[in-house]
Amino acid sequence: MTSLVAFFNGLMQYNFLQTALITAIMVGVMSGIIGSFIILRGMSLMGDAISHAVLPGVAVAYMLGINVVFGAAFFGILAALLIGFVADRTKLKNDTAIGIVFSAFFALGFILISLAESSTNLHHVLFGNVLAVSDSDLLLTNAVLVVVVLFTVLFYKELLVSSFDPHYAQAYGLKVQVLHYGLMLMLTLVTVSALQTVGIILIVAMLVTPAATAFLWTENMGVMLVLSASIGAVSALIGLYFSYTFNWASGPAIVLTAAVLFLLSFILSPKQGLLRQLKGGAANA
Amino acid sequence: MLRVKGLSAAYEGTPIFSDVSVDFVPGKITGIIGPNGAGKSTLIKNMLNLVKPVNGYAELNGVPLVKQAASVAYIEQRAEIDLTFPIDVLDVIVMGTYPKLGWFKVPGKTQRAQAKAALSKVGLSDFAHRQIGNLSGGQLQRVFVARAIVQEAPLVFMDEPFFGIDMQSEAEIIRILKEWRAAGKTIVVVHHDLNKVSQYFDELVIMSPGAGVVAHGPVAEVFTQANIQAAFSPDLGNVLFGSGKADSAVAAGKQEVAFND
Repeated sequence: MTSLVAFFNGLMQYNFLQTALITAIMVGVMSGIIGSFIILRGMSLMGDAISHAVLPGVAVAYMLGINVVFGAAFFGILAALLIGFVADRTKLKNDTAIGIVFSAFFALGFILISLAESSTNLHHVLFGNVLAVSDSDLLLTNAVLVVVVLFTVLFYKELLVSSFDPHYAQAYGLKVQVLHYGLMLMLTLVTVSALQTVGIILIVAMLVTPAATAFLWTENMGVMLVLSASIGAVSALIGLYFSYTFNWASGPAIVLTAAVLFLLSFILSPKQGLLRQLKGGAANA
Repeated sequence: MLRVKGLSAAYEGTPIFSDVSVDFVPGKITGIIGPNGAGKSTLIKNMLNLVKPVNGYAELNGVPLVKQAASVAYIEQRAEIDLTFPIDVLDVIVMGTYPKLGWFKVPGKTQRAQAKAALSKVGLSDFAHRQIGNLSGGQLQRVFVARAIVQEAPLVFMDEPFFGIDMQSEAEIIRILKEWRAAGKTIVVVHHDLNKVSQYFDELVIMSPGAGVVAHGPVAEVFTQANIQAAFSPDLGNVLFGSGKADSAVAAGKQEVAFND
């Protein structure tokens, strides 16, 4: 209890902690939203790939002194295009193309960052350091959240139909490719925002875990989006509390919290929980 | 008139058929039949540009089909749908209104009312709020037909709509197809069950592996022993049309002559 009180006192006292909390919650919300589409489209690996592939963009942005968003968005979309190109032009499966491209991008980014030898702390890029979030980072994250929410609201019906039945959507003339790259762009923006909160390595967890948890509780897409965003936010809040209290790295703390929420849902959810399955099994026996 | 002009298709470099030209008559139900590997599904996927043809294209009333894709209602093979998707029956049918709504417009009361009407037309009113994974194969296929009803498209493409579904669903779907025919729509159905060809179709496109379209025209003219023997096998032609000596094992299976693509 005293640690909770200490956390709230800290929140009142320290500007950096407030900034960290607000940023982390916004990242939880946006990754919960985009992650829902990612898992329903069977693109978890793609989410992992794009988030890793922005690393050279981060390095180049530091070198040129431009905003990280532009470098990351450029390399994120480039990676998505390359993956599509390799998968289309060879007989290789999609996941193989993903594996080749994202590891190459990640390796390139790693080398570029070491070359830059700037104040960029590779460890922080990889695993996040939410307590070092600046006010301009907060503004950036806020802007990304607005863009992600707008994208989802404006294109909700197109995202829904192209996720559920892409061939039907394509047959009636919907530009499913444009939508796919739009989603990839959102993914890179989320990645940039989540860099400092959870770090590149663990972003995929923020995309996949809250969405998967929400999926266990509902059979409605709209509800799933709201639930996933909420679970992302709650994971960020609780994770940050642990991070502050026990001096754990913020990214792993948030991701572990999300994983625990998933585990609880996995056991308890009425729709497809383990308890229900066990009970069902007993009844059948 | 829906026309296919000089269409050639390949899968990963291997040609499937080349230079296919066929007309599909409005107000008729056209079946596409042929053995595995003949390219039946490929033909419609190429027509709709879901798979890029090597050559040629489909046009509707002189304009390439890709430029008027909203005129197309496509019901693909059921196996390709994710049945765990968090969506209920009514919301799937509402998707039929998306092509007309276009970007940025949200389906509202009118669209939901349309969807409900279509749902009752296929006899599934009680299932509006079921998650789609909780339906039988036949019920699900009727849901996709209801979505096509709502879309009000002049062209309907169906890929194996009757594969593995119950008799009642099959009958309901046929009833809707006949309504569409009466309304002058062009209906194209990839089909595997040769026994019901004369019952279900007005026109027929018969395809054969490597040869493309071997015959097309009114069922009465092209559904002949010679054409089936050419496209499938001599034995099958004999069994189906009841002449010549057929292998007894094949003859015993006469009621179940089926080809799955």
